[in-house]
Amino acid sequence: MAKKTLTLALMDPPYESANTTTAFRIIASALKKGINVNVFAYEGAVSLSMKDQAPHANPVKGTTVEEEDHPTTRAFVSSLLHIGKEDPLLTWVNCGLCVDERGAGHWVEGAKRGGPADFLKMAQESTNTLVIPTK
Amino acid sequence: MTRYLFIESRDPFESRDAQFIVNTASGLKRRGNDVTVFLIQNGVLAARKNARGSHLPQLADAGVTLLADDFSLRERGMRGEEMNPEIRESSIDKLVDLLVQENTKAIWH
Repeated sequence: MAKKTLTLALMDPPYESANTTTAFRIIASALKKGINVNVFAYEGAVSLSMKDQAPHANPVKGTTVEEEDHPTTRAFVSSLLHIGKEDPLLTWVNCGLCVDERGAGHWVEGAKRGGPADFLKMAQESTNTLVIPTK
Repeated sequence: MTRYLFIESRDPFESRDAQFIVNTASGLKRRGNDVTVFLIQNGVLAARKNARGSHLPQLADAGVTLLADDFSLRERGMRGEEMNPEIRESSIDKLVDLLVQENTKAIWH
């Protein structure tokens, strides 16, 4: 039986929508099942993999960075890319024009630059494609 | 036969366009397709059996399969006994299984 591949298009920026959490859950589950995953990060979603994201303390509660243990989307992306480094494979492509608009080109290891043509190719070669748009 | 998988993430009490799901999913079911609505995020808020304004009974009456993400239910403090019995608790793993079935069209709402 041919290897299954799932393609996701993401559009929400980090820390904005529960859609991002759901997308990460779908990717993690698919990889756990041995399914290859393609992600095309479009518009604000190109910032999900930005390496410069840093966890922070909470001055309102008086907690430290360590106590807050604040999750960053770049850490999630990095972990997913680690799980999907070979077989199953996670391919993460950030839309180049969206990246340039936002100056958001400093990514975690494994993310790549691409464009809508890559998304079309991914979709054509996948078992299925799910587009998760902004609301 | 085509399989249609609607992933409903919106709270129908906030987003009145949830009727889109009722009209489209019911119409596809009437045409002989296999139709599932998977409730996730705030989409599960319509799953309480006491939700008088919920659109989900219309979907159940149309024969659409209704599933609800367990993680989203737990996040919102929703338990089995308060759920509409026509909606089955499900999981993200099941959603992935549905997504990679052959001949399946997935629509996020």
